[in-house]
Amino acid sequence: MLTKRIIPCLDIKNGRTVKGVNFVDLRDAGDPVELAKQYADVGADELVFLDISATLEARATTLDMVLHVAEQVNIPFTVGGGISSIEDVDALLKCGADKVSINSSAVKRPELVNELSDKFGSQCVVVAIDAKEVDGQWKVHLAGGSIPTEIDLFEWAKEVEKRGAGEILFTSMNHDGTKNGFANKALARLSKELNIPIIASGGAGNVQHFIDTFKEGKSDAALAASVFHFGEIPIPDLKKELKENNIEVRL
Amino acid sequence: MSKKAEQSNNSSPSGKLDGASVVIINYGAGNIKSIQFAFKRLGVDAVLSNNPEEILTADKVIFPGVGEASTAMNMLQESGLDKLIPNLKQPVLGICLGMQLLCESTEEGNTKGIGIFKTKVKRFNSGVKVPQMGWNVIKDLKSDLFSGIKENEYMYLVHSYYAEHCDETIAKTDYGINYASALQHNNFYGVQFHPEKSSLAGAKILKNFLKL
Repeated sequence: MLTKRIIPCLDIKNGRTVKGVNFVDLRDAGDPVELAKQYADVGADELVFLDISATLEARATTLDMVLHVAEQVNIPFTVGGGISSIEDVDALLKCGADKVSINSSAVKRPELVNELSDKFGSQCVVVAIDAKEVDGQWKVHLAGGSIPTEIDLFEWAKEVEKRGAGEILFTSMNHDGTKNGFANKALARLSKELNIPIIASGGAGNVQHFIDTFKEGKSDAALAASVFHFGEIPIPDLKKELKENNIEVRL
Repeated sequence: MSKKAEQSNNSSPSGKLDGASVVIINYGAGNIKSIQFAFKRLGVDAVLSNNPEEILTADKVIFPGVGEASTAMNMLQESGLDKLIPNLKQPVLGICLGMQLLCESTEEGNTKGIGIFKTKVKRFNSGVKVPQMGWNVIKDLKSDLFSGIKENEYMYLVHSYYAEHCDETIAKTDYGINYASALQHNNFYGVQFHPEKSSLAGAKILKNFLKL
């Protein structure tokens, strides 16, 4: 049976991990390659690198990082952040990224989803959606969640599926950073209305939250950052508990 | 026929290299870097090539493929590689779309395949999410390619189309239906999963392939 995936997310700036990372065994916690290897060793199913660099120069550094990750890490990984053209994606895939994730650039120019899936295949096109629930309506937000739009989450998700997205990475801004659990109701609705995998993001605080998002949220994968980076939830323990709760995971 | 080819291989320039020479067929289908890196982690420098001579004389050939079937098949035809591949006598490993293109046909883009494996490739159509994306198990393993690999080992898969079972099935996977996740016909091997992205077990399979 296809297993549920556990995905640590690393924020990258100038080729280095930025969010605080507290891994005892790491010589250099800012080195994304070393961190990625460590995650692969402890049983992460996939990795997401989110490039938050602001300059073109820094993006070149990211390509270099992607190359080193691909060289040394034997599990799949996605790269997101600032991707807006076929050329951007081509460069990342040539360096060994398995998938790319696009967000604001897809909202600004939805044809980008078609172009990327036609050229590289749906399997490598992840559309990331940041959304916030206001008065019972889920509205898509841009630029890391700072700019609200009138676009409805579910309509947008269905549109990008039609345009060729291979996967949706949904971050609930109501839940992100709260450590109070994932947006399971919205996730379950996405899973019901779409026929591509859904990655849950935002709100992971404890093991029960992961159990809930797989059971109630019908998520195909769960992404988190700080609970993994600070060792609050060791991945082997998490997977063991998921298994004990009859959730299929790779052990 | 294959013995004769082996002899001619032994006298080829590739014999100069230490260990097996590995060529990854480079016909424009992505994800080649990951395969090259996976071999590098095993201490083997795999060469990317679309040069017929280089491909014919390699000890081992990898036939990769990611993307859309008819586009990939067109690229193979343009370079004449679709005619060259069936004549290869050394162990050949098709990965993902590479495996599918070695089948008779695929529903994707209604594409005729190279026809090594006597089976057809169809789209998942049984109430499951498409693509299948993630880790699933392989079982009923029947090949030296899987020596030392335990039943129900996890492999990483990303695909919307699957190969139907045939006599050449050497591994099975369930996703809505039970399908062939690996195939073998003489010196031709095909795996639907990505050994290059399947952690240590995947690396072991690549290592086994080098020993064939």
